[in-house]
Amino acid sequence: MEIADRILKGDRRAVARLISMVEDSDPLAVEALGILHPHTGKAHIIGITGPPGAGKSTLVDRLVKSYLLLNKRIGIIAVDPSSPFTGGAILGDRIRMSDLNTEPNVFIRSMGTRGHLGGLSRATGDAVKILDAFGMDKIIIETVGAGQSEVEIASHAHTTILVEMPGLGDDIQTIKAGIMEIGDIFVINKADRQGADRTEMELRAMLELSDAGEWTPPILRTIASNSDGIVALRDGIESHLVYLKSSGKLDILNHQRTREEFLSILGGEISKIILDKVMDGSKLDALVARILKREIDPYKAACDCIREFSENR
Amino acid sequence: MSERRIRVLIAKPGLDGHDRGAKIVARALRDAGMEVIYTGLHQTPEQIVETAIQEDVDFIGLSCLSGAHMTLFPRVMDLLRKNDASDIIVTGGGIIPEEDIPSLKESGISVIFGPGTPLDEIIDYHKNTIRKH
Repeated sequence: MEIADRILKGDRRAVARLISMVEDSDPLAVEALGILHPHTGKAHIIGITGPPGAGKSTLVDRLVKSYLLLNKRIGIIAVDPSSPFTGGAILGDRIRMSDLNTEPNVFIRSMGTRGHLGGLSRATGDAVKILDAFGMDKIIIETVGAGQSEVEIASHAHTTILVEMPGLGDDIQTIKAGIMEIGDIFVINKADRQGADRTEMELRAMLELSDAGEWTPPILRTIASNSDGIVALRDGIESHLVYLKSSGKLDILNHQRTREEFLSILGGEISKIILDKVMDGSKLDALVARILKREIDPYKAACDCIREFSENR
Repeated sequence: MSERRIRVLIAKPGLDGHDRGAKIVARALRDAGMEVIYTGLHQTPEQIVETAIQEDVDFIGLSCLSGAHMTLFPRVMDLLRKNDASDIIVTGGGIIPEEDIPSLKESGISVIFGPGTPLDEIIDYHKNTIRKH
């Protein structure tokens, strides 16, 4: 309880601590998140993804500096992959954001994916909430994305930015990648490199093939290391937010997400209750062994488990 | 199901361009299952302490080969105290003369890992020393 109050009073250590508790699945975190919940829902959540080396961290650094000129408070969650073998991780996104370390209006947190697929950590959603309650106007989630698996970022962000760079491959790569659909804004970073025209042409061709909704994703060029094109990117992000609000899309997105979140928590809690009541660890393993021996199929096993629970309550 | 993972900040304070040792230690700790945040070169003590707070690390590893450790290391310790973050355990590494170690320890540095320290010794230290908060 105390930690949530400290966060609401602006204590940065408490913010950092609660994010760790969420990452470590500490049961005490649930209560704190409950206290913070009424204070969330205000931040604009921006997802930034793209292949390794496209310049995402540098782009985030410059974008944040540009938002600081508007007196915005910014939270950054930088997700890097954890090793699937040891669970360890090197989290190095801050190297490109050194200037922001001591900015009072910026809070940066690095997270390892900890075995969670989809490019994000299981705790990312809760970390976003914590920064939201802490009073951040914008929360940027940065994650590596190069293929099918990174679409998850779009289910957390209001505005998703796909960062590309010239010379990564031909348009077949763009079709293969399959993450074209999630981009609200496309950025060609390192646009001073050879091949930027071609990359833009290919992106444009792909976008024309896809269903044009009310929002046409802009394709912007940046050279993040020189801060070129950053203001245009910031304006593009703000235009997207205006569109989300005026079209009612923001409310729809938020409703969908809250529904999914609730259902997933409900599912988790129900299975926890049922397991606690009718299935201790050894019984669970015995059941798994029977499924393995093909004595019972997993659907029937689950139904039996639920039946036993409801008969014994 | 609580699963505590050790988080370590590896930092290069001051004007020192040699980060091979820091990167080797970072890699070794990663392979031992820890989450390692690497700051990059040329960090001020202020940047290091603020990063350590935001990242909620259990350990800070300071690497210095420039000879400025007697200024930079105690400065990090001072800032940790000022920010109410003395619970974070600070270790040091690099080219640090034997005679400087007692005064560094007095300033609050827990241990100095000099050149040639086996990586397993560093890993074990991080696994066996527990931060109290």
